[in-house]
Amino acid sequence: MNWLLANPDRVRELTVEHLYLSIIPVVAGLIIALALGLVFGNRRRARNIITTAASAVFTIPSLALFVVLPSILGTQILDPVNVLVALSMYSAALLVRTVFDALDAVPAQVLSAAEAIGYSPARRRLLVDLPLAIAPLAAGLRVAAVTNVSLVSVGAVIGIGGLGQLFTSGYQRDYPDQILAGIIMILLLAFVLDRLIAVAGRVMTPWLHVSLKIVAPAGTEPATGNPASAASQSGGGK
Amino acid sequence: MIPDMLTYLGTAANWIGEGGIVLRLGEHLWYSLLAVLAALVVAFPLGLFIGHTGRGKLVLVSLSNVLRALPSLGIMTLLVLLMGLGLFPPLLALTLIAIPPILAGVYAGVANVDPLVVDSARAMGMKDSRIILQVELPLALPLVLGGLRGALLQVIATATIAAYVNLGGLGRYIFDGLALYDYGQVMVGAVLVTGLALLVDGLMALVLRWVSPARRAMAV
Repeated sequence: MNWLLANPDRVRELTVEHLYLSIIPVVAGLIIALALGLVFGNRRRARNIITTAASAVFTIPSLALFVVLPSILGTQILDPVNVLVALSMYSAALLVRTVFDALDAVPAQVLSAAEAIGYSPARRRLLVDLPLAIAPLAAGLRVAAVTNVSLVSVGAVIGIGGLGQLFTSGYQRDYPDQILAGIIMILLLAFVLDRLIAVAGRVMTPWLHVSLKIVAPAGTEPATGNPASAASQSGGGK
Repeated sequence: MIPDMLTYLGTAANWIGEGGIVLRLGEHLWYSLLAVLAALVVAFPLGLFIGHTGRGKLVLVSLSNVLRALPSLGIMTLLVLLMGLGLFPPLLALTLIAIPPILAGVYAGVANVDPLVVDSARAMGMKDSRIILQVELPLALPLVLGGLRGALLQVIATATIAAYVNLGGLGRYIFDGLALYDYGQVMVGAVLVTGLALLVDGLMALVLRWVSPARRAMAV
């Protein structure tokens, strides 16, 4: 803890770098996943191909991807672009499945109703399907953001890694306190991002958080999840 | 880089003997299996307990996403500095990383069992231990194995970093290659570890399909 408190400037600098290395890929991944989801969501074959490719991408170990990308992209091995591209690939792979599932979960009646009142398919996609998919998307975004915060630090072994550099430098200097500072900051960053996205998701879906107290008419039993007893009470007849 | 890699892979001498690919692959699998087994010993009973009783659920759910952020490189370097070089500290780090996915899988599997099924088992006179072993566990199997699959993938990926703290495994090629600016060798490590991950993931997918509820229902 001492190192953390004694070096606020260095910690701030590394935290900012860490933040941008983890957030840009989440945004890029979300855009890619949404584009793929909205365009191919209804095409079975394309969807299967995308899902398979996504799970294969997700299987590639991060360090392997970091060191292979330079030869594919033609970048230098120390270029932060490698880390940004690798993490964007992971985020897109993770989110594309969420986008497919979230769009599938929109009730068919809602879609029919939207079409009946005159929404064109493209407008319906953007103004009806998408808002209704926000809640599951927010859950996927939380996982993607937190995963990225952790993966960025692996980049430190190839020289780019935000707070992960505290691990390599602490290890080389035999200085556990510095490593501990990095772990604490990374967990803190993950926690803050996780909460922020969760809160943003709630704020953007007010209709999911309406109190349902008034719905049950007076005198009816609250549903207890026991259909047998409810049926015997209402069907008793006496 | 890619021709260098192919030359490396095409040379028989690079496959056998001290530091050969066969040995490195064996080391990598050995670390991974040990860590996942150790994680199972801890996380499996804990997940059963939390899933069955519901106690500690809140802590688990609120921690589960943040635990994903546990930086493997940090845990590994910290443990090595505190406990010294050798197999144990990196293995402990890998175990810590394998625990959250297994715990989440076992917990979710058991907690998702229909309460009516558990109630009927209890009404038939089953004790808690039998309910857990003969009712909840079989029904939870797909999610349990899903958690195990996630843990295996994560550990195989992270075991690469063990080479950074002077251990063997496929990460050796990446770190030795980086130190020598020999990017062909770096590619060898990256390609082999990716191949291993894809292979293990594919095997787990087959196992999962084998135990899927639809298939078991057909067999009955």
